[in-house]
Amino acid sequence: MKMVMALIKHTKFDDVRKALTDIGVQGMTVTEAKGFGRQMGYKEVYRGAQYEVRFLPKVKIEVAVPEEKLEDVLKAIEGSAKTGEVGDGKIFIYDLKDVIRIRTGERGKEAI
Amino acid sequence: MKTSFLFSKPVRVFLTSTAGAFIFLLSAACGNAHAADAAGQTVNSGDTAWMLISTALVMLMTPGLAFFYGGMVRRKNVLGTMMQSFMILCLVSVIWVLWGYTLAFGPDRGGFIGGLEWLGLRGVGQAPSPFAPTVPHLVFMMFQGMFAVITPALITGAFAERIKFSAVMVFTVLWTTFVYSPVAHWVWGGGWISTRLHALDFAGGTVVHINSAAAALVAALLIGRRKGYPSEHMAPHNLPLTVVGAALLWFGWFGFNAGSALTSNGLASLAFVTTNTASAAAALSWAAAEYVQRKKSTALGAVSGAVAGLVAITPAAGFVTPISAIAIGAFAGVLCYSAVNLKSRLGYDDALDVVGIHGVGGFWGALATGLFASKLVNPAGADGLFNGNPSLFTAQAVASVSTIVYSLVVSLILLKVVDWTIGLRVDEEHEDVGLDLSQHGERGYYL
Repeated sequence: MKMVMALIKHTKFDDVRKALTDIGVQGMTVTEAKGFGRQMGYKEVYRGAQYEVRFLPKVKIEVAVPEEKLEDVLKAIEGSAKTGEVGDGKIFIYDLKDVIRIRTGERGKEAI
Repeated sequence: MKTSFLFSKPVRVFLTSTAGAFIFLLSAACGNAHAADAAGQTVNSGDTAWMLISTALVMLMTPGLAFFYGGMVRRKNVLGTMMQSFMILCLVSVIWVLWGYTLAFGPDRGGFIGGLEWLGLRGVGQAPSPFAPTVPHLVFMMFQGMFAVITPALITGAFAERIKFSAVMVFTVLWTTFVYSPVAHWVWGGGWISTRLHALDFAGGTVVHINSAAAALVAALLIGRRKGYPSEHMAPHNLPLTVVGAALLWFGWFGFNAGSALTSNGLASLAFVTTNTASAAAALSWAAAEYVQRKKSTALGAVSGAVAGLVAITPAAGFVTPISAIAIGAFAGVLCYSAVNLKSRLGYDDALDVVGIHGVGGFWGALATGLFASKLVNPAGADGLFNGNPSLFTAQAVASVSTIVYSLVVSLILLKVVDWTIGLRVDEEHEDVGLDLSQHGERGYYL
């Protein structure tokens, strides 16, 4: 099992959610996040006072997936979150040791 | 008497003195009725209706200013900042009735200040006064009171985010008494600026804007920069609030300027038109200057420009043509934009740009009155430099500079007195926490 964590643009969130549910993903966790990468920040100017905004808002999506579905999920996110501009985000993949469904006590793949 | 046994001694003393003050005021009010009969001037209902409405319009400017300033500070200071304007409204309203009005408009003492004859509004009643011969003296008094209210509230932008609430209150009492009332007397109360210098100030460019900005400059220098200025992020926390505030200021300014005609007539309509036109032109020119410099016009810039235009047209409103108002406003927008940009290079922390907008805009407005004023527009006024009379321009400059010097010096003394006694600035920890929690024990937002 893998945990897929994607940082994407706010404007692409609906597309990504739809692409994932279309391939049968049944759950995800979404967090409002801030950070910077190559895109860096931008400048705000208030009456001549300039402020460097270094952290940009992004959406963080976490999806737990069984091994065999991983490539589909990655393709779905990549395809739907891409604009081709700097700042599209990143996808991180971790190994996932175990999952427990609290209601039934099921473990592993069954619990995803 | 029986009920007073229910209260402790300090409360009894308070109640007795309150009752005493009430009886004093009541007797003063009865005295007014006689004055009304003696004066014999007639109240005009149209003028009175307009002046009552104008008074209410000017009142709304101070809460409008609270929004304007409140949106520009950081979120931890929003209530503290709004509270300063709101409580100045309350405090000066009472001071004005007790002694502020008589110091400004009471019988002249050497061209410098009004006498104490009208203390507690004794003799100020329902009959008209020479200041405004067709409206009750009480209406003129209250209209002027609203100007006295907004002027110290304007200063709060300079020391925003770092001053003690108690210091603001004490400073306001002193400043209204020793700076506002005398300067108002010089210009409108029969003092030297109007009777000897013959300078023009239609609605308070000198009394309100130049005066408050000079005090603001001293205050910003004396209290020092905000902690972390200019390296820390101090962007406005809620600009929509600032836009609402600017809109209320613009709306209230119709009372401020058109109301300063003191009658409901053609002059009021002229001031109404010049006010609106100058404000619009200044908002456009500020936004255009931003666009030229940075390829973006900002909301904060547009509303700041509108206020700069209102400030600049204030002394000229009833003396110039609407076309002159466009010139005055458009130049004010660019000028104040440049002044505000220059501030970050000068290094002092006039947090909300009282000097850059009210000082620079007010000074420009006073000089512009000396340039554009025309007797064809208002026979009671004078011709300016562009209409062949250079002496008015000189008088405008002298009036402005005298006000700046007086306000700088006396404000410095008053601020020092407050600093030595109760202290001006909040301690570092309180500044970090913010004024909302440290001064008022509440916060503006729970999200």
